[in-house]
Amino acid sequence: MAIELAVEARGLVKNFKETKALRGIDLAVPRGSILGVLGPNGAGKTTAVRILATLLRPDGGAATVGGFDVERHPAEVRKRIGLTGQYASVDEELTGRENLLMIAALLNLRSADAKVRARELLEWFDLGDAADRTLKTYSGGMRRRLDLAASLTGHPEVVFLDEPTTGLDPAKREDMWDVVRGIVANGTSVLLTTQYLEEADALADDIVVINHGEVIAHDTADRLKRVVGSQTLRVRPADPAQAPLVHEILARVATDGAPIDEHRPGEYSVPVPGDAVLTDVVASLRAQGVDVTELSLQLPSLDEVFFTLTGERQRQPATDGEAA
Amino acid sequence: MTTADVTREVTPIPAGPLDLLRHSWVLAKRSLVKTWRTPEGLIDVTLAPIMFTLLFTFIFGGAIAGSTSEYLVFLIPGLIGQNIAFSSVGIGIQLNSDMEKGIFDRFRSLPISRISPLLGAALGDIVRYVLLIGIMVGTGSVLGYRITTDPLSFLAGCLLAILFALSLAWAPMLVGLVARSERAVQGIVFMTLFPLTFASNAFVDPSTMPSWLEAFSNANPLSHLIESLRALWSGTGEWQGPVTSTLVWCAILVAIFAPLAIRAYNRKT
Repeated sequence: MAIELAVEARGLVKNFKETKALRGIDLAVPRGSILGVLGPNGAGKTTAVRILATLLRPDGGAATVGGFDVERHPAEVRKRIGLTGQYASVDEELTGRENLLMIAALLNLRSADAKVRARELLEWFDLGDAADRTLKTYSGGMRRRLDLAASLTGHPEVVFLDEPTTGLDPAKREDMWDVVRGIVANGTSVLLTTQYLEEADALADDIVVINHGEVIAHDTADRLKRVVGSQTLRVRPADPAQAPLVHEILARVATDGAPIDEHRPGEYSVPVPGDAVLTDVVASLRAQGVDVTELSLQLPSLDEVFFTLTGERQRQPATDGEAA
Repeated sequence: MTTADVTREVTPIPAGPLDLLRHSWVLAKRSLVKTWRTPEGLIDVTLAPIMFTLLFTFIFGGAIAGSTSEYLVFLIPGLIGQNIAFSSVGIGIQLNSDMEKGIFDRFRSLPISRISPLLGAALGDIVRYVLLIGIMVGTGSVLGYRITTDPLSFLAGCLLAILFALSLAWAPMLVGLVARSERAVQGIVFMTLFPLTFASNAFVDPSTMPSWLEAFSNANPLSHLIESLRALWSGTGEWQGPVTSTLVWCAILVAIFAPLAIRAYNRKT
């Protein structure tokens, strides 16, 4: 067994009839760290997670989780993992507490220990007040949190988070990020899939970018950003007639004279070398008398990452790192 | 939400051969809680049987048996057989929705036997069948139906009916696990159940049917159960023969559908 790798996958292949979902991907999660798997819908992220969580059998390649082969020792793997899927897999008709007690009982916790664990998790996830209500009354964010709590019931060594924040509003996403950081602080290893570069950047030690079932980049967030161009400046003038002025200002600060993009009508964006340009731009806008309704500095969107890495535009509209 | 995870020393119950039973029981409790929370889900085993009993007794009683009270001896076991079959669609729908909502993904990722969720669902349904039998016999007795044998035979009949229900349930479970929507589960199960329940000895004597249908009715597993119940509860004939063939049918149903259902549940797609 390789030293201290919580998850290791080599050459995973999976086909669904005609579709090649995975074409031989390698993944490695060092113990106690977070690996972000970044990719658009249909890239193969969920398939990879399902193989590692023993829900699917690979057609090729091999993987170990917690040192155990997922195909030869699935029962050992299942003792060591927690899985939070894209859709909260908790029981709607049970209360939050009942859900956790059920999982604890299935993990062979004694009833007294199960109660303590459930209370602990409910408090940690801010669900103490809602503990004895059925999930039908929960908001989307509460359900996600309970789902994650359920995954952590047995103190797993490895937690798989499959798009844990898709569909959550930005404030709730940051709450979720805090939780994920808390999990890792306790020594758990995390494999997280996401469509948001921002999320991978905020959480992951290492990022693997996959597209069409293949790894197209594997790097730290910082180096990845260096490749892609560090940040994107977005400006929307209040008066569309002032667009030429905005163009002029943006052109001055663009990285290597990069062209100005108009992803959405009336909104101009351009890659910039760093956040130092912001003060410059604000001063210029004021000097020229340009009012703006939006001015933001963001990480490049997934779309831009992919464009840089593959030279192909995704078919889906730009996600801009915001909740869908 | 920032409080760190507290790690306490806990010693879990060691894994062992009793795990399957314990886990199935945990999951059976889950269905019981759900049943308790949505009692309207019990209509098919409470109000529906009452309605069927009243309708069939007064509509067919006079025509088929000459009098309603005579027909009841024939009808109550028949209706129990029919309603056991009809209400088995519920477990298929339940499994289908568990599959759909992703909770099965969680169960599959836990270190529990892959049979537990299916066994748990089946065990949790026992309460429905007990209710069904109680209400049928109760409604019947209001109309004049009496168990004319002894309490032990009555109990034996109840147990046989529940065992049959649990054996038959693997078929709708399989449908629930392979069908792509709840609507499809309902469609497939009822399409199979209508001929199965009517082409039987549930409501009329099969000897009045065309010979090919009579042959089917006589082989029909439901007919064996119904004949057993009539023998055990009203002494209409020898019980040994029909009870034995009912038990054989239970074994056959489980042998065919349980492995298929487990395979469908395990299917790694």
